[in-house]
Amino acid sequence: MSKEHQKYLKKRKIIDILIRIIQIIIVLIIIAIWQYAADKNYINTFISSSPKNILKTIISLYKNKTLFSHIWITLYEVIISFTIGEIIGITTAAFLWRFNFIYKILDPYLTILNSMPKVSLGPIIIILAGASTKSIIIMALFISVIITTINTHQAFKETDQNKIRLMQSFKATKSQIFFKLILPSNYNNLINTAKVNIGLVFIGVTMGEFLVSKAGIGYLIMYGSQVFDLNLVMTGIILLITLAALMHYIITFIEKNIEFKT
Amino acid sequence: MNILKIKNLKKTYHTKESEFLAVDNFSFNLKEGEFVAIVGPSGCGKSTILSILCGLDKPSKGQIIYNKKLDFGYMLQSDNLFDWLNVYKNCILGLEIKKRKNKKYVEKLLKTYGLWEFKDTYPRNLSGGMRQRVSLIRTLATNPDILLLDEPFSALDYQTRLAVSEDVYKIIKKENKSAIMVTHDIGEAISMADRIIVLTDKPSTIKNIYEINLINKSTPIENRKDKKFSYYYDLLWKDIDCHV
Ligand SMILES: Nc1ncnc2c1ncn2[C@@H]1O[C@H](COP(=O)(O)OP(=O)(O)OP(=O)(O)O)[C@@H](O)[C@H]1O
Ligand SMILES: [Mg+2]
Repeated sequence: MSKEHQKYLKKRKIIDILIRIIQIIIVLIIIAIWQYAADKNYINTFISSSPKNILKTIISLYKNKTLFSHIWITLYEVIISFTIGEIIGITTAAFLWRFNFIYKILDPYLTILNSMPKVSLGPIIIILAGASTKSIIIMALFISVIITTINTHQAFKETDQNKIRLMQSFKATKSQIFFKLILPSNYNNLINTAKVNIGLVFIGVTMGEFLVSKAGIGYLIMYGSQVFDLNLVMTGIILLITLAALMHYIITFIEKNIEFKT
Repeated sequence: MNILKIKNLKKTYHTKESEFLAVDNFSFNLKEGEFVAIVGPSGCGKSTILSILCGLDKPSKGQIIYNKKLDFGYMLQSDNLFDWLNVYKNCILGLEIKKRKNKKYVEKLLKTYGLWEFKDTYPRNLSGGMRQRVSLIRTLATNPDILLLDEPFSALDYQTRLAVSEDVYKIIKKENKSAIMVTHDIGEAISMADRIIVLTDKPSTIKNIYEINLINKSTPIENRKDKKFSYYYDLLWKDIDCHV
């Protein structure tokens, strides 16, 4: 490696680190201002809480041994819903890609279902499936599966026609075309759809926990608002943000480190 | 012996907005071991003809008669390499689809075309010429009876183009394969083909078919030095009316 190239790499690395540091500083500044404003009574801590209060709430949740159980319950529901959502979404998309005629028939229904506010189905789901984890997962699936299907199918459909013709010139079967071309060529699209999916699943699970009101971070937020403990509400929101960020990073990590192998 | 008889081929493309007559009244017979070149104005329907021959598109009218079950090797106009597969994996794509095991031939071709050291490279790191050679190897790998080559050398620089066409020609002749090649390069057509079909513009119909009878028929590079080469060149040049 030449000296010049080393210099170039070093410069890039320094810029990357600098960006990270600034990002962290911004968060710290926000927290500091928030705390400062709370200490000086510029803001009403009863409504907007404060970093210290949030920390105290987390510690007390930890002490009465409910912190991790709530986090775990939400995480569990998110992971299950996400996984089932991906499986159903991709399978349905593959099916619709294979049978375009059926897709054309179903297209308007999918569009309508997609634009419907799915949260409105909540009460019905709870009546049908009971006030349980099952309802929460169903809720999350309703919110995420349709858009996952639509986006994935769209990506499948836009696969380069010439590459499909190439496969056909080798007399490839539909399933060979799917597994050797459609799936691997849409790897990036699948990752992007997964990112959208994870966001929607979080919305679904939180809504579900609001409605079912038994456990999980959504429940903490709901409970907090009912007893006017806004510290608890803020804590719940912060926990959700942290979890969502974590899941996002996991997917990005997978994207960067796992190449598609056929 | 004819291995392929094409009778009154016609192709109309139908879209929502309009219909478009791409090929009309196209008839010719391909002899076993024969090399035919197709030249014609751009957009006239050359690729369409190749797609119909290997069964990717259906003719609107007309007949194609095969004298036995033929295995076509179609090298499409664009290289269509898969970005997520390395050079070697791209080359054996057809073999994998056809569930064939023999990879020796591919390895030999990779070595002949100077791509062996790049076998683990991904297409995004290849030059246009290298990509086209990979695409060619992928086509040859399945050992087809008839090669359909759609402007196979267009991305190569002149030197490489001569060398690769020389190689391809030798492979085709050695294995006694038949080939139909679309090209824009008159010189290439004369130096390689036994017959040249000149097409008219939209729709493609056959304007003329030239039998190329050089004095000393040899390999493409030698053929370019033939005494009758320039005679055919002038003939074709005048026949292909290009309005610039
Ligand atoms: N699937 C299709 N639907 C509608 N029209 C098409 C389709 N494929 C090709 N065409 C039209 O048919 C005509 C012939 O196309 P084709 O690709 O066969 O031409 P070509 O001679 O190979 O052109 P080029 O020299 O640019 O490669 C073009 O005008 C094109 O617009
Ligand atoms: Mg073409």
